[in-house]
Amino acid sequence: MPEVTIIKYNAGNVKSVMIALERIGASYLLSDDPEEILQAERIIFPGVGEASTAMASLRKNGLDQIIPTLTQPFLGTCVGMQLLCSSSEEGNVDCLNVFDIPIKKFPETTGFKIPQTGWNNIFDYNSEILNQIKPDSYVYYNHGFYAPLSKYTVAKTDYILEYSAMLQKDNFYACQFHSEISGDTGEQIFRNFLNIKI
Amino acid sequence: MLTKRIIPCLDVKDGRTVKGTNFVNLRDAGDAVELAAIYAKEGADELIFLDITATVEGRKTLLELVNKVAHTINIPFCVGGGISSISDVQALLNAGADKISINSSAVKRPELISELSQEFGSQCIVVAIDTKNIEGIDIVHTHGGRTPTNLVTQQWAKEVEHRGAGEILLTSMDCDGTKNGFDIRLTREISENAGIPVIASGGAGNMEHFSEVFTKGKADAGLAASIFHFKEIPIPELKTYLTEKSIPMRM
Repeated sequence: MPEVTIIKYNAGNVKSVMIALERIGASYLLSDDPEEILQAERIIFPGVGEASTAMASLRKNGLDQIIPTLTQPFLGTCVGMQLLCSSSEEGNVDCLNVFDIPIKKFPETTGFKIPQTGWNNIFDYNSEILNQIKPDSYVYYNHGFYAPLSKYTVAKTDYILEYSAMLQKDNFYACQFHSEISGDTGEQIFRNFLNIKI
Repeated sequence: MLTKRIIPCLDVKDGRTVKGTNFVNLRDAGDAVELAAIYAKEGADELIFLDITATVEGRKTLLELVNKVAHTINIPFCVGGGISSISDVQALLNAGADKISINSSAVKRPELISELSQEFGSQCIVVAIDTKNIEGIDIVHTHGGRTPTNLVTQQWAKEVEHRGAGEILLTSMDCDGTKNGFDIRLTREISENAGIPVIASGGAGNMEHFSEVFTKGKADAGLAASIFHFKEIPIPELKTYLTEKSIPMRM
């Protein structure tokens, strides 16, 4: 069985995630088959694109029902993280509610372009998935919507306001940034994810 | 804090870098993959590859190069040159590019910007604008800056954003190659009026030029080619200098 199963759905280009796993020598499978996903060892739930379209794609083959019940190490990235929350202001859509917090739109603020594009630092780490990551490490972001701080926040970033860079609840991990192109920091996060005990 | 980005640009033809480089530790001066790896290691925040290949065979070589680069570096990179359709972009993204940039093809058919951003998302669509000041008016040029259009740069920048571009790569043909500094006036005008990031390009000759383009020019990123290739400005030194000037950098 491959180390990682990447959930395939209509959420843009996941090639960068696949190549990032190849760079660190991890085996993976790309799948939208509920059976394969239920049996996966670990799961990455990527995503770029728009939340309501992505949710519609998950509903089509029942993945919206399956994902919240999974017990394997599970990592959502970018839009994948947002879909794990309760709802998104992007397309005003109900999401998977693994994290019962709503995704909000950055408030229009002079001097800040939206979406945030580029490298920003993360701080206040509180999860094993951030083991060996130096304080204030930089990661690559591209997003116009954010998860507010909550009891699930395990890393923060500041852009316009402080928000959740990473979330965790039990086996569910999520990062707002693009771990797959976030330099050595991003690679270490993937390695840590692969090392989380099942 | 969101940092300003430093972006080396590599011109490639048939999968190899065209302009010479001055890296003594590079076994093969034309090896784009090796050069990309060095820049990534030195702290470049992103890379842009500009393909100037004209042949079908050369395009295949480009896709192989893109795939090798993607397997080698772990930072974002953008590929531009000769892109005019959804299938061109699909092939590059499949090969592992994170972003693509279009220029002449967007001027020729502005709908292309909308089509690409709808298909792939704005985050991976960079629109490059080559501009030259003619009798006090900033005019968009195509074909490597040789052909003037009837588009005013400021208006075109608004239009590409409106159509879904994720970033603007602004090259001043007046400054390009001079090493006298970026076009601060124009960069500031475009960046202050844009809701998307502006990458300033053309004219970088010393470290102060970068400082100026970030502070006075309000650029989100600064791009250069030869000064990096010939090690006139090593990236670590540049980033240290800019940090000392209180410009946020990923160190």
